[in-house]
Order: sequence, then C-alpha cells, then structure tokens
Amino acid sequence: MMFRFKLFLRKLVNLFMLSLCVLGALIAISVVCIMLGYIVVNGVAFLNLDLITNTSVSAGEQGGGMRNEIIGTIILVMLGSILAVPIGILAGVFLSEFGSPRINSAVRFTADILAGVPSIVVGVFVYSIIVRPMHSFSALAASAALAIVMLPVVARTTEESMRLVPDSLREAALALGITRWRAVVSVAIPGALTGIAAGVMLGVARIAGETAPLLYTALGNNYGFEGLTKPIGAMPMQIYRYAISPDANWQNQAWAGAFMLVMMVLFISLGVRWISSKRKTETNN
Amino acid sequence: MNMSDDDLSTSKDSNKHKVKKINSHLISRFIAGLLPNFTRFCAFVVAILLLFILIVLFIEAWDAIRINGWSFITSSTWDPVKGIYGALPAIFGTLLTSFLALLIAVPASFGAAIFLSEIAPSKVKNIASFIIEMIAAIPSVIIGLWGIRVLVPFMADFIQPWLSKILGFLPFFSGQPTGYGFLTSSVILAIMIIPIITSMSREVLRSVPNSQREAMLALGATKWETISRVVLPYGNSGLVGAIILGLGRALGETMAVAMVIGNSPNITFDLFSGGMTIATKIASEFGESGGQSRETLIELALVLFVIALLVNVIARLLVWRATKVKTEKG
Repeated sequence: MMFRFKLFLRKLVNLFMLSLCVLGALIAISVVCIMLGYIVVNGVAFLNLDLITNTSVSAGEQGGGMRNEIIGTIILVMLGSILAVPIGILAGVFLSEFGSPRINSAVRFTADILAGVPSIVVGVFVYSIIVRPMHSFSALAASAALAIVMLPVVARTTEESMRLVPDSLREAALALGITRWRAVVSVAIPGALTGIAAGVMLGVARIAGETAPLLYTALGNNYGFEGLTKPIGAMPMQIYRYAISPDANWQNQAWAGAFMLVMMVLFISLGVRWISSKRKTETNN
Repeated sequence: MNMSDDDLSTSKDSNKHKVKKINSHLISRFIAGLLPNFTRFCAFVVAILLLFILIVLFIEAWDAIRINGWSFITSSTWDPVKGIYGALPAIFGTLLTSFLALLIAVPASFGAAIFLSEIAPSKVKNIASFIIEMIAAIPSVIIGLWGIRVLVPFMADFIQPWLSKILGFLPFFSGQPTGYGFLTSSVILAIMIIPIITSMSREVLRSVPNSQREAMLALGATKWETISRVVLPYGNSGLVGAIILGLGRALGETMAVAMVIGNSPNITFDLFSGGMTIATKIASEFGESGGQSRETLIELALVLFVIALLVNVIARLLVWRATKVKTEKG
C-alpha cells in the first residue's frame, strides 16, 4: 500500500515537472508568435509603394516614405560586407587549414568574445577612432562599425563549413601532387562555398538591423546619400526615431519598415538553415 | 577557383612553354608562401581587435577616469555644470534589469531546453527550436518597437495594476503603473535572452551521454528523476555558462531597453519606476555631450566593455568545458 502510494506520488511529480517544462517551451514559442503576429499585421496594414519611393516627411504631415533610409541601409550593409567578408573568410580559412591547435583555440575564443561585445561599445570605439579624427559622422565610420559586428560571424561560420569538407578530399588532391595552397584554393574552399555564402548572408542579416553602432557613427541624414564621408540615414535608426515619436504617421511607417526588415532577416536565416541542413546530410552520406 | 593548369597546356613553341612553366612555378611558390601568412594576418586582426578596442577606450577615457575618481561609481549626481559625474544610477539599472531578466528567463529557458532535448519527438523538436531561435534574429530595435507600442500599454493597463493589487504591500510593486521602467525593460530583456539560454543549455544537455540516462531509467526512475538527478547535475557547469552568456547579452542590450526604460536616473527597487542602464545612458546622451561629459560616457562604455568581456569569458569557458567532455568520450 505504502509502496503504491509512493509510486503514485513519484509519477505525479514526474507529470507535474514535465508539464512545467512543456509550459516553458510554450511560453518561449508563443512570445515569438505574438511578436511576429504584431509585426506582420501592423506592417502589412501600412505597407505601400510610397514607403519605398518617397522620402521622409516631418511629423504631423501625411504620406512620405523611407527611400533614403532604405538606400542608406543597402549602402552600409554592402560597405560593411566589403570590409568584413574578405578578412572574415581568410581568418576562417586560416583556422580550418593552416593554424595550430593552440593558436586556433585562442583566435576562436576571441572571435566568440568579440561577438558578445555590446554593439553600443563598438559604436563608441568607432566614434573615437574614425568620427573624431575626421571631424564628421560618415557612412565610412558606420560601415566600419558594422564590419566589426559582422567579422566574428563570418569567420566562425567559414571555419565551421570548411571543417565539414572531408579530409579525404584534401588528401586526394595532395596525393595527385598538387601544392598545399592549391588544395586549399581549388578543393577545400569550393567544397565549402555554399556554407561560406550562408555565413556571409547570416552576417548580412545580423548587421542589417543593427542600430546602436550607427547612432553616433552614421547619425542619420534627411537629404539622402551625399557621399561616403558624410552622415547617412539607415532604416533601423529611422524605425527607432519613428517608434518613440508620438506622431501616428511616423509610428505606422515604423511598423511597415520593421516588417520589411524582419521579412528580409527571417528570409535569410530560413534560407541559411535550409542550405546548412542540406549540406550536413550531404557530407554525412 | 577554376584556373586551368599552365603545366598541362600544350604549346608548339617549347621555349615559350618553358618560360611559362617557370613563371607559373614561381607564382605557385609565391602564393604558397603568401596564403598561409595572409590568412594568419586576418585571423590575427580578428584576435587583436578586442585588445585594440580596450586600448582605444582606455586612452579616450583616461582623463575622465583620473578626474572622476571613485565618485564615478559612488555618486548618483550627473551635473556637467558643476563637473560631477556619478554613474551609479546607470550601473544600478544595468544590474537590476539584468538580474530580473535572468529571474524571468532562466526557468522558462531551462524548461524549454529540457523539453527540446529530453521530451519532444524529433519533428516537434526541430520546428520548436527553430521558432524559439527565430527571436534571436529579430533586430533589437524592432523588439523595442513592439515593446513601446504593445508591451508598455499592456503592462500599464493590465499587468502592473494587477501586480500592485495583489502584491502592492511589497515595495517592488507599489509605484505608479506607467508601463515604462525597470519591470518592462526586464521583460523585454528576458524575451531577448530566452533563445540564447535555451539553445546553449540544449547543447549542454545534448552532450550528456545516453548511457547515463539509460542507467537511471533501468533502475526504475521516472523521466523527471532521471532529468533532475542525472542529466542536470551532469551538465551543471555548462548550464551555469548558458545563464552567464544570457547575462552578457542582457548587460549590453541597448536599443530595446532604451525605448521602454524611461531614461531617468533613479535608484529604487520600485520596479514600476523609470530608470536607465549603462548602455541606454550612452545611447541617449552621447550625442549632446562634449568635453568631460563625453569622456565620462566613454569611461562608461569602457566599464560596460570590461564587464561584458569578463562575463563572456567566464561563460564561454564553462560552456566550452561542458560540451568538450562529450567529444572526448565520443
């Protein structure tokens, strides 16, 4: 009798605790769904062509769009990628092909720590080394800040995807009498190319929505793109400005802009996930 | 990448061919020497960047550090006119919101991680973890937009009046329910760090060998007994690492918090009251500042950087050690 009761009690505790765990997962999932729901519903409601073709209007006016900011974000993301992608990929190649275990773990470690540096600190850093000496906020400074944020992402994903290329392929190439660098350039890198591309896209998704490093490097610019050494507007900064203002038209545009950004970011991360899951099954076979 | 090999190209003029061959050989040797060194340089750039940031911030902040002295972390007055710069409210706000965020996020994340690694069937597992991790991809300014337009009114109209009705006798919930402030910021932070803690601790749980679970189940233990007495203790340090990693993210989060915290220099445990964090203070005041106040803000950035650095180093070491065990044991 006593034993039965104890067993019943244990099963009850089991059921209770497991349902709590399920509840935790449900909370996490439902928060994401609620948030995405708001962004989609509000975003789609205020989405229109003006948003892409028109420039911004002042508070109180109707209409207007984010054309300058969209262009600004595209420019900043491209410049940031140009700075970060080559260095990141080569660093990843080094980690996977040339480094010694000790140096590797040190570099890998610092890359992970770099990814954890608060992005506002990166903004202050770039302000100190670029904006102040040049006496101007600039697109150049902003893209440098974005590049610092992007760098560890690209380096780590490049390394990981090159490690997925089987060693037998490299050895086969070396056995044919090819030099080491040629084996890396013609065998290992092409084998990892989709993974590297996925890493770059992941980095793009990461920096496209970054706001804090831009605040005091890009500053914002109502007149559109005026050159690399001049201030520049960007979508995330405009969303921030619009979101905290009491103006209804601005708030609506913030939702629409947020919708566009989120769709782009989610599209990229979905695509990357799909690519990397496909690659993993390929290499396992 | 698709270079045709010069050595194999057939040329009628053998002399010309020879020259070409020597050339390509030289180029090959040149690249062979260059490539590893060049990639090493790039890896070095990644590694040295941290140190460079530290040094630059230190130099920029040095005057402020010298002039402000200890009052920087003990005083709560920020008065550029009198030249007094106390950052205590920002430091206090950072610690309070991060702590509360962990309080909310850790139980939910551990529940979710246990669900994902121990309970869920593999199909549910993939979809659920994808959805949870999706929030990590949403830019923080957009989470802030949701926070200020949806969460703040919701907190002001429902959660905060309800809390003050039930728990109003506690000093934490006795203030005016405005929607902005410490509590709302902590909720936003919790939402942002749940996917990080969940995915990290799922990795840690996953690296617990199955033989451990099977042994416990063979002894007649229930699933929860297996999890609580074997799986969780086995992943102990890794789970702590996952929490600290979440903490690191919460400490440095800027935009989303800046939009809902109210930006006022309060030191109070009234959670409905507005406050500020180090990151939001920098974000909102750096632009208008100049001279010593700007240098002090850079000093603040340095403090945030060093805290984030320490927290991340500890977390990475813990997680790294916990997940390394598996690869060694196969």
